[in-house]
Amino acid sequence: MDIMNIINPILSIGGLGLVFGAGLGFAGKVFAVEEDPKIGEISSVLPGANCGGCGFPGCGGCATAIAEGKAPVNACPVGGSAVASKIAEIMGVVVEESEPTAAFVKCGGNCDTAKNKYEYFGMDDCVFASQLAGGGSKGCSYGCLGLGSCVKACPFDAIRIENGIAVVDSEKCTSCGKCVATCPKHIIEILPVNKKVKVQCSSKDAGKAVLQNCTVGCIACKICEKTCKFDAIHVIDNIAVIDYSKCKNCGMCANKCPKGVITGKRPTPPAQPKVDVAKPAEAPQETKAE
Amino acid sequence: MNLILLVLAGIFVNNYVLSQFLGICPFLGVSKKVETSAGMGVAVIFVITLACAASWLVYNFILVPLKIEYLYNIAFILVIAALVQFVEMFLKKSSPSLYQALGVYLPLITTNCAVLGVAVVNMQKGYNFIEAVLNGVGGAVGFALAIVLFAGIRERIQYNNIPKAFEGFPIALVSAGIMSIAFLGFQGLIKI
Repeated sequence: MDIMNIINPILSIGGLGLVFGAGLGFAGKVFAVEEDPKIGEISSVLPGANCGGCGFPGCGGCATAIAEGKAPVNACPVGGSAVASKIAEIMGVVVEESEPTAAFVKCGGNCDTAKNKYEYFGMDDCVFASQLAGGGSKGCSYGCLGLGSCVKACPFDAIRIENGIAVVDSEKCTSCGKCVATCPKHIIEILPVNKKVKVQCSSKDAGKAVLQNCTVGCIACKICEKTCKFDAIHVIDNIAVIDYSKCKNCGMCANKCPKGVITGKRPTPPAQPKVDVAKPAEAPQETKAE
Repeated sequence: MNLILLVLAGIFVNNYVLSQFLGICPFLGVSKKVETSAGMGVAVIFVITLACAASWLVYNFILVPLKIEYLYNIAFILVIAALVQFVEMFLKKSSPSLYQALGVYLPLITTNCAVLGVAVVNMQKGYNFIEAVLNGVGGAVGFALAIVLFAGIRERIQYNNIPKAFEGFPIALVSAGIMSIAFLGFQGLIKI
């Protein structure tokens, strides 16, 4: 066997690779384009997850857009205010504080509170289940199917299924919007974290139909609408909708809601003395429960 | 005359996408808008022409003298990848506007099997340098033609009333198949 049969290919292909590599390296120097140094600095500050939550193709695209002034310094929803302030330093502008946001699953119908039409034994995938006749096994056609498509979509491990419905960990959530896009029922929304008052239901069914299927569904009774002093909550299409530009986070609507659909109940210290007078024995128990 | 026939055969008769089913990935992936598909087509014409010339040189002046023709696949992949990288750098420096227009499609061509396919066909048919380059031009123009036509069809399909199960890729695949049947009509017109 001729040893050259082995050496020739190695040398020629290796040599080709070497020549091309060297050529490209050289060309990289010769044809180096002077980019805005800010782009490099900004992309080193960005999280680098390339999630696309900002609407640009990856972190590089976002950095370029920010450097060119086409996007605000707080364009990255994932990095939040920490990243925005660093980018603002690089760009030399003052950052407007952006309110932290997180995804929120607008359904409270878990295994205990919501009825199922039938037992579902299929693929563990909401998109698949929602395409079945009737839109999945849940009695309420708007409800969370709890099969975890959003959990799989979340790149930050911020969603889990708890007792049959998806729950978002707002600490971990970066508002990238992957789950919002995935959910076939369209019940996940990016909402401000600081506003504790959120409507935990998406059902546009009339009150009676909601009552049949779920004990924590919005029945469009409009009590919240009457309670709110700031004109911030309205029943539209049989579901309470909060206008967060008006909401003062007082929690009055949550307190009054007969079905407990609205989260963020107001702590009740003002009511405490009255309870003390009427039923002194029960008062301490209540405080413990809280 | 033969050379003109070679180009025409590349465009219509031996269309790389619709008759030989090479380069299907960008054909389906980048054909949602006529504008971007035209960009992709131009980028492919550019790269295939250069790749044909470069791979012909590498094959005939390096692989054949050393009697290692069996390594043509690896050598061609190497040549094409390096070439695309170089073209990208060159364009970025010399013609930023063209670079912007081609955008992400230029590096995508590295993984376009039509480029490798044309180089391999050139080698198998034993074309000389000019024939190889013209065959490349013909094949690339054929690719551009196919992808632009297909993008036009897909743009129109969007506004049609398609059964739910066929929306998106299924109907695209069906129409690609019908286009391919239409191109079969050119079969046998030119024998090369």
